[in-house]
Amino acid sequence: MKHILFREHEVENIRELDVYVNNAGYAGLKKALGMTPDEVINTVKASGLRGRGGAGFPTGVKWSFIPKNEPVKYVAVNADESEPGTFKDRQIMENNPHQLIEGALICAYAIQAKAVYIYLRGEFWDLATQLDQCIEEARKAGYLGQNILGSTYSCEVYTHLGAGAYICGEESALLNSLEGKLGQPRVRPPFPAQKGGGLYGEPTVVNNVETLANVPFILYEGPEAFRAFGTEKSPGTKVFCVSGNVVKPGNYELPLGITFRELIYDHAGGIPDGRGIKGILPSGASGPIVPATDEVLDTPLTYEDMDKIGTVLGSASVIVLDDSIDIAWAASKMAKFFKHESCGKCTPCREGTYWIDKVLDRIITGDGAPSDVDLILNVAKNMQGVTLCALGDFAANPIIATIKHFPDEFKRYVDPALKQEKKAVAAPKRAGGAAQGRAGRGTEKTGLVPAGD
Amino acid sequence: MNQLQQKYQDRITHTLSKYPDKRSAVMPLLYIAQEEYGWVSPEGIDQVAEICDMDATQVKSIAGFYTMYSEKPKGKYWLQVCTDLPCALRGADQFHEDLKAYLEVEEGGTTADGMFTVEHVMCLAACDKAPMLQCNFHFAENLDMDKMKVLIEQWRNEVNQQVNGSR
Repeated sequence: MKHILFREHEVENIRELDVYVNNAGYAGLKKALGMTPDEVINTVKASGLRGRGGAGFPTGVKWSFIPKNEPVKYVAVNADESEPGTFKDRQIMENNPHQLIEGALICAYAIQAKAVYIYLRGEFWDLATQLDQCIEEARKAGYLGQNILGSTYSCEVYTHLGAGAYICGEESALLNSLEGKLGQPRVRPPFPAQKGGGLYGEPTVVNNVETLANVPFILYEGPEAFRAFGTEKSPGTKVFCVSGNVVKPGNYELPLGITFRELIYDHAGGIPDGRGIKGILPSGASGPIVPATDEVLDTPLTYEDMDKIGTVLGSASVIVLDDSIDIAWAASKMAKFFKHESCGKCTPCREGTYWIDKVLDRIITGDGAPSDVDLILNVAKNMQGVTLCALGDFAANPIIATIKHFPDEFKRYVDPALKQEKKAVAAPKRAGGAAQGRAGRGTEKTGLVPAGD
Repeated sequence: MNQLQQKYQDRITHTLSKYPDKRSAVMPLLYIAQEEYGWVSPEGIDQVAEICDMDATQVKSIAGFYTMYSEKPKGKYWLQVCTDLPCALRGADQFHEDLKAYLEVEEGGTTADGMFTVEHVMCLAACDKAPMLQCNFHFAENLDMDKMKVLIEQWRNEVNQQVNGSR
């Protein structure tokens, strides 16, 4: 298959500006500059491109929300890639950086933004240095800065490094972080696209790296060429990050609509030692787990079909758990992640992630009571839909979905009859030391710890 | 001009030029302070606050919220091993334990010679290359203890050469 994003498979050294330009690089931007901003937005709308960061919102529609009469507008590129199991944006930026820059500039032109900020997670330190060089080269060649390609349009592109906070992948927390504040979500409305809701209070489009990297293709080849891939409701290709118990973990750019079975067995080489699959996390730690039934394995990977099996496509970070994996242990791993990454702003998430981790620890060390499983389920359900951002819901998913699909995996830890048997087997080794919460988290500071702790 | 401004004038000026508001420079400048002092020390915090027109308490809250700023001195090589689920499925927990045992440190501890600090860290977007770690913000991937011992030796030599070179 021809790649839209991972063009390094077809064109060697596509990361270099001259190679990129010789292979239709910046041709999409050139074309866009000859169109009106509305025409550009309509072209992206016609392609049906949906946000690749996880939410799947139609990109062109998002751009159309930006008010035209505001003098200052921004584009923020979400390169905070921090979801466990997600490592796709990194590959795009490493191997095809100019395509991201070009896509961001097309977006900037469409909404008439004055600057683009690429917000990279702090750990992408080396990548940001490389991207800075690419930005400089593009500036010297006239693709950004003053009067882009001789037009009347001017736009700057900057990188900005985060410093280790998953929450900054949430768009309003990202904007706060860019403004030099704590990375905590904002109350909405106003939304980022509205006056008062975006960067420095100005209307702002926040798009994921993969989303924007698709845009040059859509402009240059046309929306129909993009729709030749994927399905009616989920057009285009998607980068599937496959990790966990597979022979060949890695990124696979494939048309939306391929099945789990094709992805895992044909592309990722199947499961080591011929083992079976127990569960699949289709969207990192934040999407509900699904058991690897034939029905699930044959489900097309699209936004609409994932909904039918009770999960989400999200960022398509597929973590595969083979039949030897202890699901309660996996749930605990995810609980620790969300406990650490909760920003502490909303009470249900801050307290809920803390207590889920605490009680789950009690369960898997063999000290739990049968009622503890219902207890964490209850806590998780009380975190859903009541927080400013989706982290509260994300943190509830690993608990609710694992208990729903794999109740016995928890039961064997708490059922008095089964417990004895289980205790004989060593409890799975966890990361040394409990993860420390972020500074300022009430539970850590005020001594709100459970009795007997 | 404070000490940081004098020493890192070009970088600081460039950083400030990127944003319409000085406050946005607080995170990049905290990295510079950390580079200078080895951690975000009180003197670093004060200087960053002065440059960004912020209160030192606000700067300290930023330094405390984000995990890549170190609030205490660390070893010369800050080794952060990802032990999140995808990495753990590929042996990262065992690797993390083995590394601590090899360097004879507890979680978050620093070796007696001040060379290495070892701790676990949340997902680093390298799940297909586990076990992996970041050493002073640079990634080392597809590791096992054999490769790790070679790297440790290499890092020790780097420091020895620096010490000898400065004599």
